[in-house]
Amino acid sequence: MAEIFVFALLSPHQVLKASSPLLAMHIPDGFLSLPISLLTWVIAIGLIALALQRVQRDLKERAVPLMGVCAAFIFAAQMINFPIPGGTSGHLLGGTLAGVLLGPWAGALVMTVVFIVQATLFQDGGLTVLGANILNMGLIGTFAGYYLYKAVRSVIGFNTWRGMATGAAIAAWVSVVVASLVCAVQLGLSETVPLQVAIPAMLIWHVLIGIGEAMITLIALSYIWRTRPDLLYDPPHQRVSSPRSLLPR
Amino acid sequence: MSRRTQTRNRAFILTGLGTALLIAVFLSPFASSNPDGLDRVSQDQKFDTKAAENPPAHKLPFYSLFDEYALRGVPQGIATPLAGLIGTLATFGLAWGAGKVFVKGSQSNSTIDPDSFEN
Repeated sequence: MAEIFVFALLSPHQVLKASSPLLAMHIPDGFLSLPISLLTWVIAIGLIALALQRVQRDLKERAVPLMGVCAAFIFAAQMINFPIPGGTSGHLLGGTLAGVLLGPWAGALVMTVVFIVQATLFQDGGLTVLGANILNMGLIGTFAGYYLYKAVRSVIGFNTWRGMATGAAIAAWVSVVVASLVCAVQLGLSETVPLQVAIPAMLIWHVLIGIGEAMITLIALSYIWRTRPDLLYDPPHQRVSSPRSLLPR
Repeated sequence: MSRRTQTRNRAFILTGLGTALLIAVFLSPFASSNPDGLDRVSQDQKFDTKAAENPPAHKLPFYSLFDEYALRGVPQGIATPLAGLIGTLATFGLAWGAGKVFVKGSQSNSTIDPDSFEN
């Protein structure tokens, strides 16, 4: 007949949180329907499997540490939301940067690692919609972004910084806009929000956020171009002409 | 690979990782707290309530360590920088490890790897 005391101490303590989740273009659990989640998982896993196969065949051993550095930089940069006009913010996605530096295949693996860490460790982006997030924010940049960059760079000047920068900037901007469009379509098909509402609403912000993506991608690439252009997946064929001689090396 | 190239590669890796860590630790407190693109649209269009309140990630052991990008149990001022530090190192290690595992498959499995960056 001992009295049972319930200690307040044992009750789960409530964590005070900011009212709005300040995360990303990362889709949370609950926004996508089961069929859309499954479909995006299948596409993402298919592309990752293909990437694994290609990386096994093509990747040079020396590129492996670069994968670590690239992933670390993109993870860190994704934490830094920059404000855009109208009370919204955006952050780097990084798929195009990863694709340009490491090629589409190793780049895809790097982006996958980034989103897995965010979703599992930091509850950023839902686990059930991780396939969609990897696809939208990672693979669109590493594949579509990479091939667009390469096409533009080849046209403008493969071995010039101008060609490199133009290609990368356009690809970075387009990859963000396309990612937002694809995300809007997924939301629409999931009947979370009407398609004709989702598309313009997502596009308006990401047309601006894409400019930030292009700028950060250019800053990172200009450093690599000046110091170690040989590390790029598509290194320039001849010695770089631009202001390299100004740097002590 | 020549010794000089190896040194230069190592310098690049350290510079890159160092930059990432500096960003994660020292810039993260200054990140804009405005809603980002998708958050903003979900608030404007009133579908932000559809986000799962108790997502599966809350059942992972990491949830007891991190409340989103904030390390639990430390003063508020350093919670996000520390989460950034840990997250950046974890991402670095996982991506390097993933690369190593999958590259190994095709390359010769020699025990001594002259191109390795490891000490």
